[in-house]
Parts: sequence; structure tokens; C-alpha cells
Amino acid sequence: MTVTVDGAPLQVPATFTAAAAVLLHGGIARTTPVSGSPRAPYCMMGVCFDCLMEIDGVPNRQGCLVTVAEGMRIRPQRGARVVET
Amino acid sequence: MPNASTHDAIVIGGGLVGAAIAYGLTRRGLKPVLLDEGDVALRAARGNFGLVWVQSKGCGVPEYQRWTRLSSELWTRFAAEVKDASGVDPRHERQGGLSICLSEDELAARRKMLEQIHTEQGETNFEYEIIDRAELKHRVPAIGPEAVGASYTRYDGAAHPLYLLRGLHAAILKRGGAYVQQARVEAIDARPNAFTVTAGGGRYAAPRLVLAAGLGNKALAPLAGLDAPVRPVRGNIVVTERVAPVIPLTHTIRQMPEGGLLLGDSYEEAGYDDFTSLTPLQAITERAVRTFPFLRDVNVVRTWAALRVMSPDGLPIYDQSARCPGAFIATCHSGVTLAGAHALRYAEYVADGTLPPELARFSATRFHVSKAA
Repeated sequence: MTVTVDGAPLQVPATFTAAAAVLLHGGIARTTPVSGSPRAPYCMMGVCFDCLMEIDGVPNRQGCLVTVAEGMRIRPQRGARVVET
Repeated sequence: MPNASTHDAIVIGGGLVGAAIAYGLTRRGLKPVLLDEGDVALRAARGNFGLVWVQSKGCGVPEYQRWTRLSSELWTRFAAEVKDASGVDPRHERQGGLSICLSEDELAARRKMLEQIHTEQGETNFEYEIIDRAELKHRVPAIGPEAVGASYTRYDGAAHPLYLLRGLHAAILKRGGAYVQQARVEAIDARPNAFTVTAGGGRYAAPRLVLAAGLGNKALAPLAGLDAPVRPVRGNIVVTERVAPVIPLTHTIRQMPEGGLLLGDSYEEAGYDDFTSLTPLQAITERAVRTFPFLRDVNVVRTWAALRVMSPDGLPIYDQSARCPGAFIATCHSGVTLAGAHALRYAEYVADGTLPPELARFSATRFHVSKAA
């Protein structure tokens, strides 16, 4: 199926997680909220929180716990999420 | 049995109260030894919210409001000193604080309390604002529809309690004090102006003794002719993921500099059980979402609970032992707020050997006054 990672289309197997798609794409998952340091998916099992990314507009999702779907929009989580007030 | 090492003061309790007083003693050129039970201790110092809070303190007890506000005013200088002395910044902010009310009854009660404090404070001119919904919405756009208003004073602030504790410990060492871990007190030999403490296999002697062991003070106090009838009162705290800056400081919800929000304010009589509990966590999050609806889909990342050190009337206990002059006690449930006064005032009193009349209100003798029939 096709997902987009940071705006770029990517063909991925249906069994992939969003984190795996990011690794395949070769970019970062996020930048950290305090220092802006880049991070990529790491533990791939939901405990490290380095794979926080924006998925279909929802920020700070652990990409390794989300299975891809057709048309999924995956974007890096750049710094702290901004809440709507 | 080893010989006792000698020091200018022995401070029992390595939390925020003990460390602030020990640091204050070093400001007078004294070399205290800080005896710390260790990380197994019931660490109120590691479980609190970090507020340096003034506005709700001491209604009906003007001495307490005065002492609290003094500490708040000293805190700015105190924070700068700790940072200079240790290289660790306690992250103190003092931009004022809001107590948000979700009903007209709450707001009316708040107004009444602050009016009373204002009257009791007289010439010291306690200033506060009661803010209506429109003004609150202007200052805090994130506020929810149920918020009817808030109280505000410019005296309120906050700090980072973990950095504060670390900074105090480092400052004490840099300034010639000593710090001993795993030093649970086994015995106190207390004579006027001569104290020998056996702790963790070591022995320590000094002409001054300060009991600052939080809940541990209850058992230690009688050994030095003092009294500390304190009990644990549990509080739970919820911590969210980091979000971009969104709210100013409030009494029960604060956003840390790194972006995570702390949600708090619960009180349980749970004995010495410092584990989290679902009921207060639910109450905390429910009220937090009513206050700031954006929290509804912000992720919680952890929770913790800790035990406040509570006296029967909620006020601090400050005393010098009559039987053993030179032995002092300090206990409170606002160890962050009062750290400024503990370091820059109480330590001076310990160094000089006298408590001033302003602190007489906090003597434990108040618990032994017989009520008139």
C-alpha cells in the first residue's frame, strides 16, 4: 500500500508499522521538545518513545504501535506538540 | 564503636527542609553534617508539586501568611545563591499564580478567604485580585467553559524541586559541609548544647542539632526533648507528555519548563502507603479536564504519589528544646515554599541559638494546651 512520509509517497507492506515506514524512508521520527535533537525509531516495541510522530494529523503517536493504512499521512513530530485551545 | 567526628551542627534529614537549613548554616561559615537516611526514606522532597505558593496560606493565622510571604520574597535571592554556589539552577519563577474556580460558590469562598487574609495582614498590604470570567479568558485563553473566575496574587511562583534538592546538596558540600548517605539515626545522646548522634554506623558530635526528618521527626523528636506529632497525608500527581507552552501557573495544574503538565491536588489519609490510587487520580484528571478542556486528548505519561508531613493543624512546627538547648526542630508540608525562609532565616536562628517571637506560634506546645471546660 501507499503511505506518505513527510510528504513523500512510499510503498510499504501492509504489515508495516508507521515507525517501520519511517525507517524505510530514511528520515527522522521526531526532534526532541527541549533541545530539538533528532531521533529515529529505536526499540520498535512501545517503550522508548523515540518514535513519536504525527499520524493523520494526530501528534505524538508512537509510530511503532500503529499499523499502516492506505493513504496514511506520517510526519515527523517536530518538538513539543502544540495543543488547540 | 568509632570516635565521633565533630561538626558545627548535625542536621538530621536530607530532604528540602534539612538541606535548606544546612545550606543556611554554611552561609554563616558553619560546617554542618547532613545525615540522610537515603533513598529508602519517605521522600516528600521528591514527591511534591514544586510550588512556591502564598495566596492560600494562613487564613486565620497571620503569622503563617507572613512567614510564607517572607519566604516567597527571599526565594529569588535564595535561588540565585544556590545556582551560584552549586552550578545547579533551581528554575525558580515568580510571575504570580492563579487559583481557578469552577463555580460561583468556589469563587465566593475564595474571595472571602482572601479578604480575611488581607484584613489580617493590615499594614503589610496583602494584595490580591479576584478575576471574573472575561478577564480570566483574556489571560488564559485555554480556560474551559465551566471556569467562572479565579484569584490571583503576584507573590505566587514555582521551582523545580529535584534541581533544588540537588543544588542544595552540592552547595552544602562546596561550602565545607558534609553529607552522609545511608545514615539512618540509631541513637541520639542529647545534652544542652552537646549532641552525639549514632547513624549508619558512624558517630557525629556537635553543639547544635536540627531535626528535619519529615515524618521521621515523630520518633526522633522525644530523644532531644522535642515534640513533632506529624502524620502522613498522601497526594497523587499526574504527569503529561510535553506540549508547547500553553498555560500560566495555577494552583493545581502547572506546566514545567520542558513542557509536561503536572496535575495535582488530592488529600488522602492512607497511612504510610505512598503508592498511587485510582480514585484521586480520577478526581484530579476529571477536574483538570473541566479546567482546561484541551487536556482531554493529551497523553498521560506517568503518575506518582507521596506523603505530606502534616501536623494536626497543618502549620509548621518550629521549636528549640527547653530540656536540651541547641536542639531545634523544623517540620512543614510546604518544604519548597518555605525553603527560602528556612535557608535565609531559620538557619540564622539555629546558628544564634534563639528562635524569634514571630515563630512562637509554631511551637509544638500549642498541641498541649488544655481546652477550657
